[in-house]
Amino acid sequence: MKNPIAALGRAVLGALAFVGRLALFAGETISHLVRPPFYPRELATALIQIGFYSLPVVGLTALFTGGALALQIYAGGARFSAEAVVPQIVAIGMVRELGPVLVGLMIAARVTSSVAAEIATMRVTEQIDALVTLSTNPMKYLTLPRVLAATLVMPVLVGIGDTIGILGGYLVATETLGFNASTYIKNTADFLEFMDIFSSLIKGGVFGFIAALMGCYYGMNSGRGAQGVGSATKTSVVAAAILILAANFLLTQAFFSA
Amino acid sequence: MIRLTDVHKSFGSNDVLRGVDLHVPKGQSMVVIGGSGTGKSVLIKSVLGLVTPDSGMIEVDGVDVTRQPRDAFLARFGMLFQGGALFDSLPVWQNVAFRLMRGALKRPKSEAREIAIEKLRRVGLGPDVADRLPAELSGGMQKRVSLARAIAASPEIIFFDEPTTGLDPIMSGVINDLIREIVVEMGATAITITHDMTSVRAISDRVAMLHRGKIRWEGPIADLDHSNDPYVDQFIHGRATGPIETLR
Repeated sequence: MKNPIAALGRAVLGALAFVGRLALFAGETISHLVRPPFYPRELATALIQIGFYSLPVVGLTALFTGGALALQIYAGGARFSAEAVVPQIVAIGMVRELGPVLVGLMIAARVTSSVAAEIATMRVTEQIDALVTLSTNPMKYLTLPRVLAATLVMPVLVGIGDTIGILGGYLVATETLGFNASTYIKNTADFLEFMDIFSSLIKGGVFGFIAALMGCYYGMNSGRGAQGVGSATKTSVVAAAILILAANFLLTQAFFSA
Repeated sequence: MIRLTDVHKSFGSNDVLRGVDLHVPKGQSMVVIGGSGTGKSVLIKSVLGLVTPDSGMIEVDGVDVTRQPRDAFLARFGMLFQGGALFDSLPVWQNVAFRLMRGALKRPKSEAREIAIEKLRRVGLGPDVADRLPAELSGGMQKRVSLARAIAASPEIIFFDEPTTGLDPIMSGVINDLIREIVVEMGATAITITHDMTSVRAISDRVAMLHRGKIRWEGPIADLDHSNDPYVDQFIHGRATGPIETLR
């Protein structure tokens, strides 16, 4: 009886310690926003790496999801003669939920993993130590530009994802389900409200922050050798995905409950 | 110049440094020898603040290193890392000029590049190397680039961590000669970590042997061969039998 309780206690203490370490890491990262020196070149590189190079994966994910969503809503709606709601449900589904969540998860897969692997390799090969000896704070030089870039660029990616997702639904609906093109666009535009779009972009920013922060955190705290790098990469993606889904629930509740 | 007094450092249950006392006078080249895993790298990383000692005092010019302004303190140092630790994403010249392109020592880009090329020339590399990425260089060339980076800002103190590890004997000799020349030329204080006895004899003014987390012996290089210490004798002659335990 004693051992299970001790194990539970250790697990709880371990979880609390992790939350504490992560909070301190996030706090330190944010604090560098107002403490020079700044590295604009690193920020620009991160914006391109995280934003521009993610466009194909974001676009394809959103396009296929929007198309599939239109098919599902049409088939489901046909059961109670509600096929006409396809434009509205595709729009609200993409903008409120699927756009930000899928883009967040794709960024977790693409960006969190690469950031974690890159920084963990730098840790293992003493490049982080070298940065310190060259009077450069690794949190300023490596972490802040990546986290800031992801936070800034994710709302843009989510906006693009939402738009392409709606476009995917539009293409399927007009080309295969017999919807009138102008009516589809009008119904979509009339149905969406400011809060739908606003919440989507806010979610994007939060998910970007989470994705980059987890990559940097696990990279900076990587174990030794190839196994350490692999473990940091895997754990960072899993943690980012779970935190994105949890944050999505909390944000949805905050924006749309009551 | 650099003084360590009763420095302790443990990692979990592994007591790596168990009361290290060491003094490196200004302008001297101290080589620290010792078996693998005896804490040699931890020793120099403790001086730089990359590792925080559990107890003890580390002073540079009589001032506790923890009380010195961090950036100004680190600006006095150059370090050659065991694996080179070159930044993969930057071309060679930007690696060498890294410190000259940021912070208090920042120079215009063209001037930083000129200095980088001059430092590369000093370590025997031509300007054609400047725009290559580190991954495009051989191990010996990477070590030279790392050496050029360590001396780029003309530091007062230079640390060399296993400078010849992984290099063939000829390239090791080249690196040893370069280190010796540069230290003498710059008048720098140097600490070198190695278990390569050729390096020890080529680089050092003084030698300290670290064993079981303490300085076992310390003295001028001229006294190394007649230290009358069985641990030192076993180590410098590479004997498998003696007081130093070996796994067989």
